[in-house]
Amino acid sequence: MLGNIKNIGLIGGLVVFLLACNGDEPSPYMATPANLDVPDLFANSILPPQIPNDNPLTVEGIALGKTLFYDPILSANNTQACASCHLPSQAFSDPNPFSVGIDGSLGTRNSMPLFNLAWHDRGPLNWDGSAINLEEQIFEPVTNPIEMANTWPNAVQSLQNSGIYPELFDAAFGTTQIDSVMVSKAIAQFVRTLISGNSKFDRHLLGLEELSQEEARGLNIFLDETRGDCFHCHGNPGNPLWTDNRFHNNGLDAFFEDRGLGAVTGDPRDDGLFRTPSLRNLSFTAPYMHDGRFSTLDEVIDHYSEGLVYSETISPLMKSVADGGVQLTAEEKSDLKAFLLSLSDESFLTNPDYQ
Amino acid sequence: MPLFHSTFVARLLMGLIIVSFISCKDNDDTPLAEVNPSFNFTHNWDGVPIQNSDYENTTYVNENGESLTLSKLVYLISDITFSDAQGNTFSAGDYNLIDAREGINLNFAPDVTLEEGTYNVSFTFGFDDEDNAGDYPDLNTADGGVWIVPMMLGGGYHYMKLEGKYTDTQTTPSSEVGFAYHAIRANDNSTDPITLQDTSFIVNLGEVVVSPGTEIEIQMNVAEWFKNPHTWNLYELYMMLMPNFQAQILMSENGANGVFTKG
Ligand code: HEC
Ligand code: HEC
Repeated sequence: MLGNIKNIGLIGGLVVFLLACNGDEPSPYMATPANLDVPDLFANSILPPQIPNDNPLTVEGIALGKTLFYDPILSANNTQACASCHLPSQAFSDPNPFSVGIDGSLGTRNSMPLFNLAWHDRGPLNWDGSAINLEEQIFEPVTNPIEMANTWPNAVQSLQNSGIYPELFDAAFGTTQIDSVMVSKAIAQFVRTLISGNSKFDRHLLGLEELSQEEARGLNIFLDETRGDCFHCHGNPGNPLWTDNRFHNNGLDAFFEDRGLGAVTGDPRDDGLFRTPSLRNLSFTAPYMHDGRFSTLDEVIDHYSEGLVYSETISPLMKSVADGGVQLTAEEKSDLKAFLLSLSDESFLTNPDYQ
Repeated sequence: MPLFHSTFVARLLMGLIIVSFISCKDNDDTPLAEVNPSFNFTHNWDGVPIQNSDYENTTYVNENGESLTLSKLVYLISDITFSDAQGNTFSAGDYNLIDAREGINLNFAPDVTLEEGTYNVSFTFGFDDEDNAGDYPDLNTADGGVWIVPMMLGGGYHYMKLEGKYTDTQTTPSSEVGFAYHAIRANDNSTDPITLQDTSFIVNLGEVVVSPGTEIEIQMNVAEWFKNPHTWNLYELYMMLMPNFQAQILMSENGANGVFTKG
């Protein structure tokens, strides 16, 4: 018995000793910790976002990220910021099918809206899954020749030479010596704070607002396997993200000019697969699909109703492909559209924290 | 002082309990090791293992003669239960969502500790009604957040998503048609209130000798979903099966007959 107590004492002593040892090391600089403003609907239904250990959210980091996001300083000729292709008024997407780079060249993909990406912590980003996480994604546009067309040494030099940035980096990361990793970390922190969770449909789920009859019928069509059957990819009222964030071929083309995920993985089974976009904020994110081919939601619904095209990798969930789709009636189409629009969140566009 | 005293007594008591617990075990003449058996899930088509590379590539022929390829196989099992000869049962009541194609959660150790010995082992395919009524943030997030069953289909969670394409030879030329063999609780929402029937089922794996390091293999023969007692006709039952009450009963009956065996 005595021996046992002694042992406990010994272990306790060891723990204290170890803690003391740790305490002796110089503690790394830590800016003011910050938390995401998570809507109750999210907190009550799905797992909390995983913030990477090596990039904790801080008040100073988020503020720096926001400044960088809106500053053309990262582009080669000081004309283009992230916000040029990710406009807050468009839920951080671009109204042009293809965004225009600093020298006027056109990209090949429609800019993606940016919201609720903090929860997209288990799968790759971009339409084709070409970036493994936010921090990595942000490296890309700065040097992409058809986007900001800069080099990182040049971008970092511009920041270093500016009047304000060394101080802002010091506050966020404890050093005035700027590097590209810190740039991407700060912007990633800001992007993680972009949360959209206040659409009419969210308020309906919270019991604060009634759906119109059209919207309610539209939800049923969305969930009905014999009609819309959209929920297997775009989610359901039990998950506030409205996307599975996975890759599918939704029957747009018989042949692929853009192989999408297949070009990234090299697996022919992935050819023509693109990441399912969220159905939130469709009121602001036109045009639609990876190449912005549809300028209206009516065209999108017509596609699923009668425009499906067969190709080898088409998702098994696409029905009646031989007939182009399930042939929704005009009334079903307008109901479905009304429901889709109820997922748009005006307050997201005007949130002062984001601009 | 009284505070110090009671804390001291509490510590002493705790120490005593720990020691007596330990010595109890030490003094036992025939010590029985405490073991945590684990499970390993494998998948085959009539005995031929299904690998990642088989999805969307290998053509199988089902009992009804349709040629098909698989693209997705994700399923939920729950309530693994060990029963000993004395009629004691041990179950953690936990669950595991297996993604066969992606190789996720192929190994699972339920949160139960047993003494070495022989047990009858069973599990539930899907969720019984009691479990299906729960709210699980991890399952709400799983499978891209689309493992949930919408309320208009009775709510709860999918039991299984088995997807692929079969060759429709009734068209000229023949065509590839998607199928979505999605198992959920049977529901009929044409009635008010909705009619629900628990179509989860218990799979009895038989007797297992549990010793340290025991790993129990649970094999799924995917062909059996199309075979017995109901020969599955994909032309008739390929999609829109979630709201199809009768189809859910058929899936459940086929599932309970020879799909799962102990390896
Ligand atoms: C010239 C226009 C342009 C600029 C400038 C630009 N982007 Fe993008 N962004 C896009 C396009 C187009 C995509 C889709 C890319 C793809 O899928 O190939 C995208 C995708 C993204 C994504 C992925 C979103 C998701 O859901 O996967 C993030 C994050 C992002 N951009 C952030 C940024 C940040 C941060 C900056 C500034 C450093 C920036 N972008 C600058 C056009 C632009
Ligand atoms: C098999 C999965 C799947 C199903 C089922 C599905 N979608 Fe999609 N959806 C996608 C994918 C993938 C994309 C992006 C495709 C691309 O750009 O190449 C998409 C794109 C969209 C877009 C464009 C969004 C944007 O921001 O560009 C809308 C709107 C949409 N789907 C609505 C629906 C509706 C309505 C239904 C039901 C009638 C439906 N989807 C069914 C996978 C699916």
